[in-house]
Amino acid sequence: MTPLAKLLEAALFASARPIPTEELGALDAHASKAALAAALDELREHYDVDGHGVELVEIGGGWQILTRAEYTEAIERAQLASRPARLSAAALETLALIAYRQPLGRAEIEEIRGVSVGSVLKSLHERGLIDVVGRGEGMGRPLHYGTTPIFLEYFALRHLEELPRSDELAVALRAEPRAL
Amino acid sequence: MIETAPYPTYQPEAGMAPPSFVIELTAFSGPLDLLLTLIREEQVDIYDIPIARVAQQFLLRIRTLQLNEAADYLEMAARLLRIKAQMLLPRTDGEEAWDDPRAELVRRLLEYQQMREVVDVLERAGEERRNRFARAYVPLAPAPPEAPLALSLSELLAAVDRILRLTRDPSIHDVIPRAIDVPGAIAVIRALLALRTRARWTDLVQQGAEPWQVLSTLLGLLEMAKLGECRCQQPRPFANVEITRDAASEAA
Repeated sequence: MTPLAKLLEAALFASARPIPTEELGALDAHASKAALAAALDELREHYDVDGHGVELVEIGGGWQILTRAEYTEAIERAQLASRPARLSAAALETLALIAYRQPLGRAEIEEIRGVSVGSVLKSLHERGLIDVVGRGEGMGRPLHYGTTPIFLEYFALRHLEELPRSDELAVALRAEPRAL
Repeated sequence: MIETAPYPTYQPEAGMAPPSFVIELTAFSGPLDLLLTLIREEQVDIYDIPIARVAQQFLLRIRTLQLNEAADYLEMAARLLRIKAQMLLPRTDGEEAWDDPRAELVRRLLEYQQMREVVDVLERAGEERRNRFARAYVPLAPAPPEAPLALSLSELLAAVDRILRLTRDPSIHDVIPRAIDVPGAIAVIRALLALRTRARWTDLVQQGAEPWQVLSTLLGLLEMAKLGECRCQQPRPFANVEITRDAASEAA
């Protein structure tokens, strides 16, 4: 491997969170963007081609080394790490709406889901998956919610555009989602 | 939102079989979810919902699931019955401007259905990520607070004795006022630290130093530590103090 790829590997290993590309650039002031991209490619290939237990994954505009799925069960059985709890259907529905229509207020979510969502919003907010991104017009200036970088991390998405576009879904949305 | 729908006074038909199975409450995430499930089970066209049949099924189901006291489900039940009533109203044949009372419900169902598709996508993505571990972050244990200085008088006196032993004249009775030269001591320490990254207390205070020199050096060290120029460490009580150049000031 090139020295730059090794440097990136070390930095990615040291970090528990995905490292944004700009921050990787700060590791070596002389490395150009192209050199960084090439080094990341090299590292990914190194893991994939040589057959490693980990892989390099692009998440939320950053990079992270993750274990391969085939070893999850063994790791969990040995109690070395445990998978996070799954999100409830109510939480996923609420997240889906916010992801597509952010910024979105509580009333709109309740109208679409047909149930009250106060406690779901609270727990999503506590988990850092959503955040208040502003206030709406109108009575009481309701809070508007949007998704956070942790949302992308949780679902291992590179960016929001990775979700299917609304016109790719079987049914057309009533309102066009705002630009993501 | 609140509509003046008549309160549903639904009575199950006589001789109706008791529910033969119970579905988990968590199986439905809301009234729309239940409604969609019914529509799928009944295999009816979503654009032409037989509202009477679906409403009846809905009421039956929420009773079985004991959801008939949950406000969200009751509201939907009321809505369904209202639509059913509106459908029963006579309408003039060939009237163009007939608004299908089911239209709003259909729109909501479709919207809900689309959201469920996104949920499926998220669920798959989340499951994929769940099955891969990132490097676990183990937060460093916070440094235990420094133990308060617990010295007996004799230990303190012994320490004073040890320091004074370094001096040429252990006599402490001749009190000669002598200006303490802290800036001078700082200059010496700086000069030493410029040459080496670390020094020991005994490097700064030579054997046979005058008390004022010991004190100047001590005060100078404390001053520099306060300014962040150096770092003083003592591996254990009464051990030689190690002075290191502070990394922060080095960078500055």
